[in-house]
Amino acid sequence: MFDLDLWREIFQSINMNRTRSLLSGFTVAFAILLFTILFGIANGLKNTFAEAFGDDAKNSIFIRSGRTTKAHKGLQAGRRIQFKNEDLDYIKEDFSDKVEFITARIYSNVQASFRNEQSSYPLRGVHPDHQFLEKTIIEEGRYINQNDLQNKTKVVVIGKQIEEDLFKKTTALGKYLNLSGIPYKIVGIFSDDGGDYEERIIYMPVTTSQQVYGNNDYIDQINLSYNPEMNYDQALAFSSTLTKKLKNRFSVANSDQRAVRVRNMAEGTKAVSQMTTGLTVIILVIGFGTLIAGIVGISNIMIFIVKERTKEIGIRKALGASPRSIVSIILIESIIITAIAGYIGLVIGVGVLELVGPSLKDYFIKDPGVNNSLVIGATITLIVAGAIAGYLPAKKASRIKPIVALRND
Amino acid sequence: MLEIRQLHKSYPIGDSSLHVLKGIDLSVTEGEMVAIMGSSGSGKSTLLNIIGMLDEADEGEYILDGLPIKDLTEKKAAVYRNKFLGFIFQSFNLINYKNALENVALPLYYQGMKRSERQELAMFHLEKVGLADWAKHLPKELSGGQNQRVAIARALAANPKLLLADEPTGALDTKTSHEIMAFIQQLNDEGKTILMVTHEEDIANMCKRIVRLRDGVIMEDVKVTQVRAEQYV
Repeated sequence: MFDLDLWREIFQSINMNRTRSLLSGFTVAFAILLFTILFGIANGLKNTFAEAFGDDAKNSIFIRSGRTTKAHKGLQAGRRIQFKNEDLDYIKEDFSDKVEFITARIYSNVQASFRNEQSSYPLRGVHPDHQFLEKTIIEEGRYINQNDLQNKTKVVVIGKQIEEDLFKKTTALGKYLNLSGIPYKIVGIFSDDGGDYEERIIYMPVTTSQQVYGNNDYIDQINLSYNPEMNYDQALAFSSTLTKKLKNRFSVANSDQRAVRVRNMAEGTKAVSQMTTGLTVIILVIGFGTLIAGIVGISNIMIFIVKERTKEIGIRKALGASPRSIVSIILIESIIITAIAGYIGLVIGVGVLELVGPSLKDYFIKDPGVNNSLVIGATITLIVAGAIAGYLPAKKASRIKPIVALRND
Repeated sequence: MLEIRQLHKSYPIGDSSLHVLKGIDLSVTEGEMVAIMGSSGSGKSTLLNIIGMLDEADEGEYILDGLPIKDLTEKKAAVYRNKFLGFIFQSFNLINYKNALENVALPLYYQGMKRSERQELAMFHLEKVGLADWAKHLPKELSGGQNQRVAIARALAANPKLLLADEPTGALDTKTSHEIMAFIQQLNDEGKTILMVTHEEDIANMCKRIVRLRDGVIMEDVKVTQVRAEQYV
């Protein structure tokens, strides 16, 4: 039932007791403001972590080779270990149930030109699986495919920054890019969350790369991802078995740290996820702390308000106000103030985050923002707390004999 | 109109208790104007508060207009107060953030009267106390005498059977006191039953009957010749 007179009474009371209303409103608004800003900043920190470590597949293993540092099985130290196609095939077959994606990488730098524009770019010879390992996003055209590998076709996939650099007046897809004198057809253009550097890379089929640059079957690096269903311990066990087998294959001492290097991203991932968990705990502690401070504040003010209104309550009772109408007038007033103030705090908080958010990127805080339902939940918590905190003294006040309340000067 | 028999009331003070009213018998008929007198601590205010249902008696009978007032729930007491009683206090007890008109209309709000009706009725009573021009003023913008007149208008608004005044002139100077008393006498002339607590002899003599209390019992209950207040105004 909508009682217009009751609302009139309440708004008059709010309006005519501005100091009191502002005081209680300020407490709530400030609590919600702090809550919003702290949560926003913490979320920004989390976003930064997620971005920094989320670009490449988390279940990746990178395998590189170097020179031996220890003599082993009659072979001298200082021997150079070189991966070849057969090594990649060996891993693929030996661990077929554990490997999800696998690719080779051959690194080099090329001078690329289109018409009059030219520049130097990193070039990678890769397998089709590379796309999933690097989380390459194809914007136009396609990625390297199996057909390219078999036929050693002269095709390349380029980052969209290269298109911007070299193809000022036209689009790149389908055009021929000149790499050190040899024309390659551009079959795809990609973007990458890893940033501008990653978008200035040229990918070509590993077989083409091997034929053109060295005419051998050498591989610089093997990247693979393991079955994502494996847990952390299984992943570590897998990479250590892999290391052992490879070292054995190249007759390298087990204690030799340089000749065959296997880096499992799971180790880093664990550190990151622990960090994120830690951050989440800190966020929760801060959030609850702010909320509790707000609850204590609003409770204090409610007790103060009821105390201050004791005489008014006595007058109203002497004039025939029922206890219920006394309680409802106090409660509804506090709920209105808390709700409005909470909303103001939320709006200011979100506004501040929007305003200063972009300039915080240098301080490892990216896209600070809050989940609206979370802040609304916090506001509702404060309203409920304020209502409970107000209800008890209001109930008590509605029960005092009017004469006691009237004596209260 | 009002029947009180063997009324007792005591207040706890620490471990012991203070016996304030020790068996009061009082009967007031319609149209009377009674002053309850006594030194402080005699129990006069306690008696008035019990009559006003602002406080409850421990023992005894209290019948108001044929209705026994006993073991009332808060809600029922609120309804009775609103319907039967009008209060005038020494310190006016107006709500400080409401203007004169809104203060007078408040008992009507608790009667559930419509807004337009109660504003009209409140205005009528304000006119009666001569404050129609001050309707939109807050209590702090009015003088003591004006505030008491607003309080009287408020007490009259719900058309109560009994008007209770607790030292109505206690906070006013002599001239204003006489003005207020003249007004209260006029109400009595119109037929309102009035019960008033005072410790001032001259104010008491402006009533028609004086009840003197001492240590919780009635010492004297006499009819007096009313001194009209108009002559001093």
